[in-house]
Amino acid sequence: MKTYICIVCGFVYDEAAGRPEDGIAAGTLWADVPASWACPDCGVAKADFEVVEL
Amino acid sequence: MSLRLIIVGAGLAGWTTAREFRKLDTTTPVLLVTADNGDFYAKPSLSNAFAQGRQPAQLVSTPAAKMAETLNVTLLAQNRVEAIDTAAQTLSVRSAAGLQTLAYRDLVLATGAQPIRVPVQGDAAHTVASINSLDDFAAFHARLQVVAGAPGAPQRQVLIMGAGLIGCEFANDLAQSGVRVRVVDPGPRPLAALLPPEASAALQLALEALGVHFDFDCTVRAVDHAAGRLQVTLATGETVPADAVLSAVGLRADTALAQAAGLQVERAIVVNTFLQTSAAHIYALGDSAQYASAPSLLSAHGSTLPYVMPIMSAARALAATLAGAPTALAFALMPVSVKTPALPLVVAAPQAGLAGSWAAAGEGIWHWIDAAGKPRGFVLAGAQTSQRMAQTKLLSL
Repeated sequence: MKTYICIVCGFVYDEAAGRPEDGIAAGTLWADVPASWACPDCGVAKADFEVVEL
Repeated sequence: MSLRLIIVGAGLAGWTTAREFRKLDTTTPVLLVTADNGDFYAKPSLSNAFAQGRQPAQLVSTPAAKMAETLNVTLLAQNRVEAIDTAAQTLSVRSAAGLQTLAYRDLVLATGAQPIRVPVQGDAAHTVASINSLDDFAAFHARLQVVAGAPGAPQRQVLIMGAGLIGCEFANDLAQSGVRVRVVDPGPRPLAALLPPEASAALQLALEALGVHFDFDCTVRAVDHAAGRLQVTLATGETVPADAVLSAVGLRADTALAQAAGLQVERAIVVNTFLQTSAAHIYALGDSAQYASAPSLLSAHGSTLPYVMPIMSAARALAATLAGAPTALAFALMPVSVKTPALPLVVAAPQAGLAGSWAAAGEGIWHWIDAAGKPRGFVLAGAQTSQRMAQTKLLSL
């Protein structure tokens, strides 16, 4: 499981936790997050996230 | 070269405007002028980097040179704009190499905001730090590292002035990284400007459980050197040892340049719904702008919106206008996340000056109810932050 960070606002997507409130179940791999999903904090597209070691 | 677009400022507002503009126009020359080095980074990360063990250099998302190359932008880093001639459509720009004059077709002011400094006495008053940029953060980070590296060093201590959003985020982040934190605020409770009293109380309890100590209705009188550390004297006369003092009392728009050029300025640079200032061909957005698109009952010129999401919306609308398709900016309801992991919060503030009051709407949910009984803002705490989308929809009805 990896974590991805929004390069614009620093919001972190954790694959292990998913994003249930957006309909993304815990354990959902980044590759399986819909391309239409946007950063909940700043609204940028999925493409503007990058992998990060926390 | 008179056809070029010039952007002043390499923060989120400046770079995002350049990026959105390039999606629509790949040929117009774009020049970006910045007083710093121009590296692109996520500013909200500055207040949650300690606990994640991230080093300042790791916070740079994209180095300036790479940004400039990718976006086909000419970057003038370490250059300061000294004056704007609105009639001639030129800028006077100073660098170490001297002064030069640059002509623009359109000019975007994304000059941001500067920390408000409250007067403090004492021989170490100049060491009081504000963190408003990656450079500021790196200096503060280095200071705490030096302290931690001293042999037999006691637990590091930081005193934070201000219990607002940034003060509370830093308090949480530092306390979580093992720093002893004391927060001093002249008001009665944390995030008093954004939260109902019950939510403030819950946040205070959560931060106190991490070891944060609050002094409310209190101010810092003096900061002095004392035996290699700092000694902070509070208004009560109490003295507190500290390794660093962080001032987080708020930001004020950087309007000096605009004001000198004769642009209309109130709390920030006044812009209409097309983000145009009072001068033709000059636009502003971000922390330096006061948006007509953010109506306020306190000013006919609207509000400032010092958060990330408004910048993204503003940059998209402005880019379209600059690319030849005049686009009025309309802000959606934009809830703000408060990055306090001890008690995460999401706040959708009601319109500035709106009459009404907070009312509990369930465990960890508060609504701002206007005179007509309609919810016009909300606060979500803890697990309820997952209700962000549902609550946003509810308010948009």
